[in-house]
Amino acid sequence: MMNIKTYVRAQSLEEAWQLNQKRSNRIVGGMLWMKMSNGNVTTAIDLCDLGLNIIEEDEEAFSIGAYATLRQLELHEGLNAYTSGAIRDAVKDIIGVQFRNLATAGGSIWGRFGFSDVLTVFLTMDCYVELYKGGILPLAEFAAMKKDNDILVRIIVKKQPGAFRYNAMRIQRTDFPVLTCAASEINGKVTLAIGARPGKAVIVTDEEEILKNGITEESAEAFSRYAAAHVKTEGNIRGSAAYRTRLVQVLTKRTLTEMKGGL
Amino acid sequence: MEIKLKLNGKMITEDIEADLLLIDFVRSHGCFSVKRGCETSNCGLCTVLMDGTPILSCSMLAARASGHEIQTLEGLQQEASEFVGFIADQGADQCGFCNPGFVMNTIALLRENPDPTDDEIRAYLAGNLCRCSGYEGQLRGIRNFLNSRKRC
Repeated sequence: MMNIKTYVRAQSLEEAWQLNQKRSNRIVGGMLWMKMSNGNVTTAIDLCDLGLNIIEEDEEAFSIGAYATLRQLELHEGLNAYTSGAIRDAVKDIIGVQFRNLATAGGSIWGRFGFSDVLTVFLTMDCYVELYKGGILPLAEFAAMKKDNDILVRIIVKKQPGAFRYNAMRIQRTDFPVLTCAASEINGKVTLAIGARPGKAVIVTDEEEILKNGITEESAEAFSRYAAAHVKTEGNIRGSAAYRTRLVQVLTKRTLTEMKGGL
Repeated sequence: MEIKLKLNGKMITEDIEADLLLIDFVRSHGCFSVKRGCETSNCGLCTVLMDGTPILSCSMLAARASGHEIQTLEGLQQEASEFVGFIADQGADQCGFCNPGFVMNTIALLRENPDPTDDEIRAYLAGNLCRCSGYEGQLRGIRNFLNSRKRC
């Protein structure tokens, strides 16, 4: 059970940042994961008055406020048209509608959770995060960083023309995923992300140019074997390392072939 | 700290502890349809509507609800009465503990999508767990309600 001494609705990012420099203070996002933790929080910092719950779209990019909910991602027509529904597919089985109306995109990305469908799918895009003090940096770089006391303001997805696809394996709908798999093809370059290994999602690139002549049944099979050989998996209550490695191969091939329209 | 919100149409101003959860706030105001279930944000028993949107009251600070409108089943009896009889006719509930959460989320579903397919019903209600029934009774009840509405 988490105990909170005071609650503050920050009126500016600077106020929130100042408060967040104290170790015992915490920014609350959707609070779904945080409420599961134990301990004492001196000040819960809420950013809900700062207008960060909006998804904006222009000709070049989507700007997803940190407090935009997973349900907003699921229903956003522009995002899902651009990603051929990959964003919707990535979030649709995260618990239920009520949960997704609370869980925030920023909280999912900031947490860099191993089980994150959200991190997995965004890693395959030309995606950046904007930190209040740290500025704009690529999502992959952010995902590798240790947590600090900065504030995630928004997620930026640049509209590079491409194809996207998402798949996950769950023991049952609404459960944590056993493995997550996203793929993109942008400017002829295929990027694969594998998450819930159960560790944090990792990117697999085509270093051996297996896909240089395009995605075919054979090249997808070969790349799926390459991915299974290079993605480190571990076991937990949902599946063994060997099972996950097999899933890497199966989901990689399935995701690539679906991305190419089933070949 | 002081919060001010509308609960089932009634304005309430109250001093609360910073870590009071919304579920405890609404239950302290007599809204006992809102149930504490899993405590892990999974079961949907504590579903309320905030500004018309279904959320888990077990996972939200009451402080964040300040300035918003909260509705529980106590405030939506008339809207619920349109279809709960169809669910009861199917014997969909045994213990009934999950029922208020199901009803609240069904209200949200039908407001958002007045003519859902069976798959859309399953998807929308996936976050409401029932350990008695297996969900088919609830689905049949909602389907029968929708069919009866089309016949009218």
